[in-house]
Amino acid sequence: MQETVISRERDFGTPARTSSQTVTLVIDGRTVTVPEGTSVMRAAAEAGIAVPRLCATDSLEAFGSCRLCLVEIEGRRGYPASCTTLVEEGMVVHTRTDRLQKLRRNVMELYISDHPLDCLTCPSNGDCELQEMAGVVGLREVRYGFEGASHVADCADKSNPYFVYDPSKCIVCSRCVRACEEIQGTFALTVQGRGFNSRIVAGQDDSFLESDCVSCGACVQACPTAALEEKNVYQMGLPVESIVTTCAYCGVGCGFKAEVQGQQVIRMTPWKDGKANRGHSCVKGRFAWGYATHKDRITRPMIRRSIDDPWQEVSWEEAIRYAASEFRRIQQQYGRDAVGGITSSRCTNEETWLVQKLVRAAFGTNNVDTCARVCHSPTGYGLKQTLGESAGTQTFDSVMHANVIMVIGANPTDAHPVFASRMKRRLRKGARLIVVDPRRIDLVAGPHVRADYHLQLRPGTNVALLTALAHVIVTENLVDEDFVAARCEGDSFRQWRDFVARPENSPEATESITGVPAALVRGAARLYATGGNGAIYYGLGVTEHAQGSTAVMAIANLAMATGNIGREGVGVNPLRGQNNVQGSCDMGSFPHEFPGYRHVSDDAVRASFEAAWGVPLQSEPGLRIPNMFDAALSGTFKGLYCQGEDIVQSDPNTQHVAAALRAMECVVVQDIFLNETAKYAHVFLPGCSFLEKDGTFTNAERRISRVRKVMEPLSGMADWQITQALSNALGYPMNYSHPSEIMDEIARLTPTFAGVSYEKLDRLGSVQWPCNEQAPEGTPVMHVGEFVRGKGRFFITRYVPSDERTSSRFPLLLTTGRILSQYNVGAQTRRTPNVVWHDEDMLEIHPQDAQDRGIVDGAWVGVRSRAGETVLRAKITERVAPGVVYTTFHFPESGANVVTTDSSDWATNCPEYKVTAVEVMAVHEPSAWQQRWSQFSVKQDRLLRERMRKRDEDLVLTGK
Amino acid sequence: MDVANLIRMANRIGAFFEAMPDHAEAVNGIVQHLRRFWEPRMRVALLDFLEQHPDGCQGEICLMPLVREAVAQHADELRPAAARAT
Repeated sequence: MQETVISRERDFGTPARTSSQTVTLVIDGRTVTVPEGTSVMRAAAEAGIAVPRLCATDSLEAFGSCRLCLVEIEGRRGYPASCTTLVEEGMVVHTRTDRLQKLRRNVMELYISDHPLDCLTCPSNGDCELQEMAGVVGLREVRYGFEGASHVADCADKSNPYFVYDPSKCIVCSRCVRACEEIQGTFALTVQGRGFNSRIVAGQDDSFLESDCVSCGACVQACPTAALEEKNVYQMGLPVESIVTTCAYCGVGCGFKAEVQGQQVIRMTPWKDGKANRGHSCVKGRFAWGYATHKDRITRPMIRRSIDDPWQEVSWEEAIRYAASEFRRIQQQYGRDAVGGITSSRCTNEETWLVQKLVRAAFGTNNVDTCARVCHSPTGYGLKQTLGESAGTQTFDSVMHANVIMVIGANPTDAHPVFASRMKRRLRKGARLIVVDPRRIDLVAGPHVRADYHLQLRPGTNVALLTALAHVIVTENLVDEDFVAARCEGDSFRQWRDFVARPENSPEATESITGVPAALVRGAARLYATGGNGAIYYGLGVTEHAQGSTAVMAIANLAMATGNIGREGVGVNPLRGQNNVQGSCDMGSFPHEFPGYRHVSDDAVRASFEAAWGVPLQSEPGLRIPNMFDAALSGTFKGLYCQGEDIVQSDPNTQHVAAALRAMECVVVQDIFLNETAKYAHVFLPGCSFLEKDGTFTNAERRISRVRKVMEPLSGMADWQITQALSNALGYPMNYSHPSEIMDEIARLTPTFAGVSYEKLDRLGSVQWPCNEQAPEGTPVMHVGEFVRGKGRFFITRYVPSDERTSSRFPLLLTTGRILSQYNVGAQTRRTPNVVWHDEDMLEIHPQDAQDRGIVDGAWVGVRSRAGETVLRAKITERVAPGVVYTTFHFPESGANVVTTDSSDWATNCPEYKVTAVEVMAVHEPSAWQQRWSQFSVKQDRLLRERMRKRDEDLVLTGK
Repeated sequence: MDVANLIRMANRIGAFFEAMPDHAEAVNGIVQHLRRFWEPRMRVALLDFLEQHPDGCQGEICLMPLVREAVAQHADELRPAAARAT
């Protein structure tokens, strides 16, 4: 879907309406029929008539301020604005008359009287709606002259790292203000002053950087002039070509147009037809893509015998041959199952398919796993058990039909910002909100959004709270009996009902466990059960716990018991973290499941893969990532092929992970930077960023979208080609010539993907699996008539306290999370200007806890657990409750995971990042771990530089 | 493999299934979970441990009774086929 010349996408002026009632009218002699509630402007646009406009754009509600879109309507006096005038049956409209043209010209004349005339050197030259409208209305002179008062000397605000606000170019159409309100929901901008003095300002006339602006780019996108423009356009000029692709940050999976000159990306603009984001974006996807060409990118393969040796740059053939020979040597010496692989949730479906295929068919083992292990593996387990499929049940659009939204253990304004903006839109329209979180996240109280209930529970007590909610629903007769009788297993429901009804599960009895007042629990439960369509959205604050899987099942229980599943506006919605973690799981990255979530012991399924792949496959489950580390320390796991996953920084108990890697004999890392894991590697295979990829990602909605290459792989090989080469070197042939062939194989072997092809994706834009004969264009909402497993199954969810408990030695509970501007381990975002918003991880601590320990804001504090100790700076805030501290994990030197422990979910070993018993104390120097890390990192950086120096010396010697 | 860790993991599995009112269903739940999710060397390590320590205890850490029962009674089913053959 390549557009070879940038042309403005059709803008219909005002938003589409979806009424089933239609209205027929005549515009400029053409008969047009549109849904009721459509504006005259949009009706004209749909008939192919472009009414001049400046303040109207179809991503925003009509405003009626610019007075350019005036029309004449027969039988009506005056010249109404077509953007704010709704169609009526039989209306007869004229959009162009001499009188209208004169009026429009006069309006433009006023605009241009207060506007610089430097079009030819303006960054928006050729991409400016003001310029366009001046041309359309035939402006030839400005009779007011230019000597009077004006704003052309106003100074630009360049504080934001990515875009400039130049008020001299501003026509106060207010599109930016409205975009910040309607689309993003941050309300950071306003119009200050009146009349001629009206100016757009951020905050209280702050700089953009100092204001509440979250740099989502919605204002830049909406701005019709150069008033808000990307800095890249200033520096490099306008793009000439655009390629539709998908963001490589979070699980929302926004559609973007990569706008380029040749292979140079000028800007990423949100794709209006992206069904996940519908034309919106966040700071990361919109602006923070420069890491792809950062100087830290490694583009040549490297090998070394020991991690204390300098790296040797070698050819692809040599690196692949060395890796393959090492893996085979290890298997011969230690056994077939002494090796394994980790697939990347940042890579495409096609790429992760090949890695798990290599592990199963070439290595001959099921020791393959993925980063979902440490985030949503409990979702996979819990939803499979209860509903029959390991995935969320809805689309993102579904939130627009919800009446009650319950957000549990998720912070969507930071971690899924584009979806959060949609949710806030619905909340501003009156949907009710329940937030279950130990922290006072932004959703609890934000601009025009306020939670009806904030259940601020103690970390580690989710299951007690969820069971208490169920207790209320059951004992107060709020169960949807008809739904349960028709759609769920009777026995499991009755057992569950009897269990939750017990007095020990009441809100009153659990109050001392959760810390949440019983009245709030009762109120929230009643609201969810009786408030209409109830939708639950949850994140890692549910899954990253010792009872993560139990909590997921408890959530499914609530949804089934209240009939909140199987249609729009309801459902169980796990907010998947990574751009392709859903896809990586779908593609069989788990050690116990083949692609499509089918157990490896299933003879028929295994036989289908054996027939297709031509080798016998194992029927026993393989090692999960934490088990790989344990096996490595026991001496039975010696080789790892790790693609695009930084286990040293992101997995818990860093010292344990590092020791495990040191115990291995061959660690092969395929990545774009020398990350923390690569410092323990013996082979480095340079990978590709998303701008260099062709393939597909699957987002949290099960939506499969295309990723399209903008530049050739900097290393010369695509990630899938590297895996293929390694497989061939291992003796298992792979001969794909294009990722579409891999998708065809996926479709042949995976029933839920049977109807997927690149042709279909190009035609439809994206599809949500299951996509097969029964649903050839995909499945937006799951479990509509029946559950995937037939009848839904209830599970008893007894609260079992975590082993991570406070004590006199460790009296506080540490929980972790994310921040908007940085992404996970920060490998990408730390290498962009996003560091201006968050350049270090800090420890949030309640004022009382800080005072008890003599800690002041900004002071260095030690954080110690039974696993280890690190040092961070303190931020005193009441967002956390007394007894709870919080930090992020975006910077390796913070060592957040030095402190987290091996406590994990009982079913999946998903680490309990959200509950670590710690003590916090004022300190004066970095921790012992940080000192060791610093020394180790300095050494590894030197070993990397030495390889560079050697290459340069060789160049000097050979003259090449 | 670190047996103490395996015991802790097994006990947490047991704690979930223990809540089931039907004892046989709980035992079966534990067995099937270990079979479906635990890699062979983990199961073998646990089985070997229980053979050597029928009381299920290593130092201060013990397998909970339900888990001990499940593993002992279904040892054949839990032992990987390849290990069974030797």
